[in-house]
Amino acid sequence: MTLVEVRRNPVGIRPRAVVVGVTAVVATVVVSVFSLGTGDFPIAPADVVATLFGAGNPAHEFIINELRLPRLIVAILVGAALAAGGAVFQSLVRNPLGSPDMLGVTNGASTAALVVVILGGSDLQLSVAAIAGGMAATLLIQLIAGRALHGFRFILVGVGMAAILTGISGYLLTRGQQMENARALLWLTGSLDGRSWTQAVPLLVVLGAVLPFLVLACGPGLRILEMGDDAASALGVPVSLLRNGALLAAALLVSFGAAAAGPVAFVALIAPHLAKRLTRAPGPNLLPSIAVGALLLSGADFIAQHALDDRALPVGVVTGLVGGAYLVWLLTTERRAGRI
Amino acid sequence: MTRLSGTGMTLAYDKRVIAEDLSVEIPDGSFTVIIGPNACGKSTLLRALSRLLKPTTGTVLLDGRDVHSQPTRTVAKTLGLLPQSSTAPDGITVAELVARGRYPHQSILRRWSAEDERVVEESMESTGVADLADRNVDELSGGQRQRVWLAMALAQQTPLLLLDEPTTYLDIAHQIEVLDLCAELHERQGRTLVAVLHDLNHAARYATHLIAMRSGRVARSGQPGDVLTAELVEEVFGLPCRVIDDPETGTPLVVPAARRRTGDLSTNARI
Ligand SMILES: Nc1ncnc2c1ncn2[C@@H]1O[C@H](COP(=O)(O)OP(=O)(O)OP(=O)(O)O)[C@@H](O)[C@H]1O
Ligand SMILES: [Mg+2]
Repeated sequence: MTLVEVRRNPVGIRPRAVVVGVTAVVATVVVSVFSLGTGDFPIAPADVVATLFGAGNPAHEFIINELRLPRLIVAILVGAALAAGGAVFQSLVRNPLGSPDMLGVTNGASTAALVVVILGGSDLQLSVAAIAGGMAATLLIQLIAGRALHGFRFILVGVGMAAILTGISGYLLTRGQQMENARALLWLTGSLDGRSWTQAVPLLVVLGAVLPFLVLACGPGLRILEMGDDAASALGVPVSLLRNGALLAAALLVSFGAAAAGPVAFVALIAPHLAKRLTRAPGPNLLPSIAVGALLLSGADFIAQHALDDRALPVGVVTGLVGGAYLVWLLTTERRAGRI
Repeated sequence: MTRLSGTGMTLAYDKRVIAEDLSVEIPDGSFTVIIGPNACGKSTLLRALSRLLKPTTGTVLLDGRDVHSQPTRTVAKTLGLLPQSSTAPDGITVAELVARGRYPHQSILRRWSAEDERVVEESMESTGVADLADRNVDELSGGQRQRVWLAMALAQQTPLLLLDEPTTYLDIAHQIEVLDLCAELHERQGRTLVAVLHDLNHAARYATHLIAMRSGRVARSGQPGDVLTAELVEEVFGLPCRVIDDPETGTPLVVPAARRRTGDLSTNARI
């Protein structure tokens, strides 16, 4: 009976979703410990944990706290941000493919970042431009799609926006010199190389503000909104306020994520998808998506750093390969099951 | 002054005007039924009354105040709407969907309570979907699904409830069951109900107040016995018919005229 009561609770969470979320968090912790311990200077897991709790030797402290931890934290936070943003977008446009990388938000960040690279700007300028570009693209799509913000119209405008911005990015690349293009391409692939507390701290601040807003203030309403605008309004959901608020918050997360690590492929699309498949629960599944996103990107970065002996890959290469493979697998199984 | 009324409303989607200078009053404690041909604006009227569509001119008053000036959650505790069509989210169970009717009664501070639990239980019992509680909504038949949505609207526990075609998809027994349930809600709990129905005989039997619409206007309104005449049906639906007394209840019973066979043109269609 308790089980039924929990399941019947619309603001509560299904036991299965809790299991998925907790498993993803535990897996992220395990990956983190290994990630912090692996490298040119290996550190045993026990020493990693000791160092994290402030009981390590100075050498370990320097390697972990100054070199490896910031990068790991950026990976976890960017994964969480992209996943949360993706989950909100997919829920708002009511389409499992409606992720911010398909709808031009990420492209907005990329194009603006490219302009800075071509002009030879600093890393800070690049980050600011990426954030501004992502937000500008979102606002523009929303403006063109109109106040109604119908899922379908938003998708069409977004896909169009993505195409235009891809074209502009291509043009910018043809204008760049070789040096700049190398930097641009690395950024466009998505990489966590050399990320430090300079990137981690702003991300922590933004996520600390935006994630609770999304989960607590928007989450319950977003769940109701999946029943259609009319049914949701009838239940007292302030539909346009919620849509605009959630959209801006999601765009902010995606833009900050892109600013910190580049437009890492597929995480925003795959993480919420995977979370939904695992939890089998209705709604945007925000918390499980966030946990899965953090696991995906920290895991992908671990692979990216250590898969090849001689040199590290950009993390975007790994998420691209893994994400693409997941999509192909999904399409074939769904097809075999007759669902598409 | 009734609790819910609309005055001088112009209802339009973008620039397309559906109704002009439309006024309706929903008598308190009534079971009001709206009838009218397809696309005459019945759903549009319900959407306007439930603040989903803002009239370009005119106002909708709920408890004496413009419905659009009131907080949406406050309205949702007073006025419920079952839209003509809604989508059930993927993978949602019956109990979870019905429980969403409790949304307006909850907030960040006030979450799920025993009271919510009880109301959800009751709503599922009264619509006969309690046995389906743990089934997935997308695995149900059209009629079962319709009753689940009705249960959700009931769980909202609003004194005023607007139902857009609550009997669509239902077999005859379940249609009567749902209408009996509505009549009971109306009689025993004193709720004010407004329903769009396509079956004129059901409308005549259950309504305490009938509104007949045609192309965005109210053609006639009042007691079913006064409203539902052969002339009105011909005027509103363009259907020749006879209206006789329902042998069960004495309310009007609309019997469409027999189809004229070719060569039988002398028969007066109006009878
Ligand atoms: N969202 C919309 N956008 C534009 N026009 C609409 C919209 N909804 C309805 N209409 C138009 O408004 C008119 C009235 O529609 P409405 O849904 O109110 O009819 P109805 O009386 O409920 O019909 P039915 O019996 O078929 O449900 C129709 O001509 C319809 O095409
Ligand atoms: Mg209708």
